[in-house]
Amino acid sequence: MTWVGNFYRSAIGKKAVMAVTGVILFGWIFLHMVGNLKLYLGPEHLNEYAHWLQTLGSPAVPNKGMLWISRIVLLVCVVFHIHSAVALTIVNRKARPVGYRDRDYLAATYAARTMRWGGVIILLFVIYHLLHLTTGQAHRDFIENDPYHNVVSGFQVWWVAAFYIIANLALGFHLFHGLWSMFNSLGLTHARFNPWRRNFATAFAIIITAANISFPLAVLTGIVR
Amino acid sequence: MNLTIHVWRQKSREAKGGFVAYKAENISPDASFLEMLDVVNESLIEKGEESIHFEHDCREGICGSCGMMINGVAHGSRGKAMATCQLHMRHFKEGDEVWVEPWRARAFPIIKDLIVDRSGLDTIIQAGGFISVNTGSAPEANMIPIPKPVQELSMDAAACIQCGACVAQCPNGAAQLFTSAKVSHLGLLPQGQPERYERVVRMVEVMEEMFGSCTMFGECEAVCPKAISIDFIARMNRDFIAAKFKSQKEISVGV
Ligand code: HEM
Ligand code: FES
Repeated sequence: MTWVGNFYRSAIGKKAVMAVTGVILFGWIFLHMVGNLKLYLGPEHLNEYAHWLQTLGSPAVPNKGMLWISRIVLLVCVVFHIHSAVALTIVNRKARPVGYRDRDYLAATYAARTMRWGGVIILLFVIYHLLHLTTGQAHRDFIENDPYHNVVSGFQVWWVAAFYIIANLALGFHLFHGLWSMFNSLGLTHARFNPWRRNFATAFAIIITAANISFPLAVLTGIVR
Repeated sequence: MNLTIHVWRQKSREAKGGFVAYKAENISPDASFLEMLDVVNESLIEKGEESIHFEHDCREGICGSCGMMINGVAHGSRGKAMATCQLHMRHFKEGDEVWVEPWRARAFPIIKDLIVDRSGLDTIIQAGGFISVNTGSAPEANMIPIPKPVQELSMDAAACIQCGACVAQCPNGAAQLFTSAKVSHLGLLPQGQPERYERVVRMVEVMEEMFGSCTMFGECEAVCPKAISIDFIARMNRDFIAAKFKSQKEISVGV
């Protein structure tokens, strides 16, 4: 196991871990978005889906077993994703103790330059989101096992909806850079698919953000109630 | 042309530096940025003041010594692959205020004014930028066939002139583009295979002791006077990760 520690100690190793954990989180968030689309099919569909998630894999695993396995995997990913980000940020700050009076960016996108703050917004959002729609403490009218009701009544509060929209925009920017950058971090470069890396990142950032933002908007505009 | 230049002046490594404004008068638009500095320096010498110290040698974009930040961009190049010596004054406007700073990185301490110590880059080269061959008479050039695309890719990386612009421009102060170019130009060729994995690990380890880490901003590629692609960074990452998955024995025999 020493080589794992050795690998993670290097900055390139940390970037690789950041990419792998990031891609797992991305896969999860994509499935999460697809699942949430059932909001448009009505309460029965969304609630049935939520129930299915809880009983997934049974009887081989106990109820909520798969849910807990995925929660643990996600938590581990989040911890390493954030730890590597913080550690590398510290290294990078130290590498230029005296900054420029004047500096201009030629290539760095807005998304690339806001990865760190964007990440913080997403983290705060995830914590709020769990308290809001999973455990219910941050929800005024939470009904256990009725996610449809919880989502709709939650988003009817305008500032809650606004926070979801802002956080998902931050997520969109994070994915726009991250989904492209991860290929380089893992050394995946090939003349034939290189142009597609950008398209891939752009497409998925837009799809996920647009769909996620559509939920609060649909509730605010009364399309979903 | 007449311009005002604000130049970072610093007497020595330890001394406190600061910007000093100078008038650059009657500058030909065809002059290079370095020639403009020469004109300013002549007027300083005439006045008995100390001239602005900057590094230069070839003045044709091949030695890599003329590094400086011009208006917040390394070499002031703004998307065109060139060094400061290749930047012409016609890119500026009459009356412009121009800010000139040295490269800034922990690994590049200022020696004087605009001159920094770039020997950190040499340390990276020393860690692995070599191949093992028998010395003696030059080998027959076509003895080892190398596919043309491979040879060209290797040459693209070998074009690096070690100017340090990538580090200077990188918001993280990372030397990834430089190191990846050096790792790749040898690692791509058959002659570089025996040390391929040992080389990347050694060079990266030394690099990481001194410089920041890559976040794929792409700034380095945008200012590189030789337009070296950040794809080489991905290539270096791949070799480094591959090396870490190999046993010490595999690495030492170069497979
Ligand atoms: C508008 C967008 C979103 C909606 C409508 C939404 C909706 C939901 C709902 C209803 C649940 C609870 C399901 C249940 O247990 O009944 C949930 C869980 C969760 N969501 Fe979201 N979500 C959104 C965006 C996000 C984003 C952007 C993230 C993170 C980056 C995220 C992370 C999570 C996590 C970590 C859980 C907990 C999963 C678990 O039960 O362990 N969500 N979401
Ligand atoms: S002086 Fe040689 S590259 Fe500019």
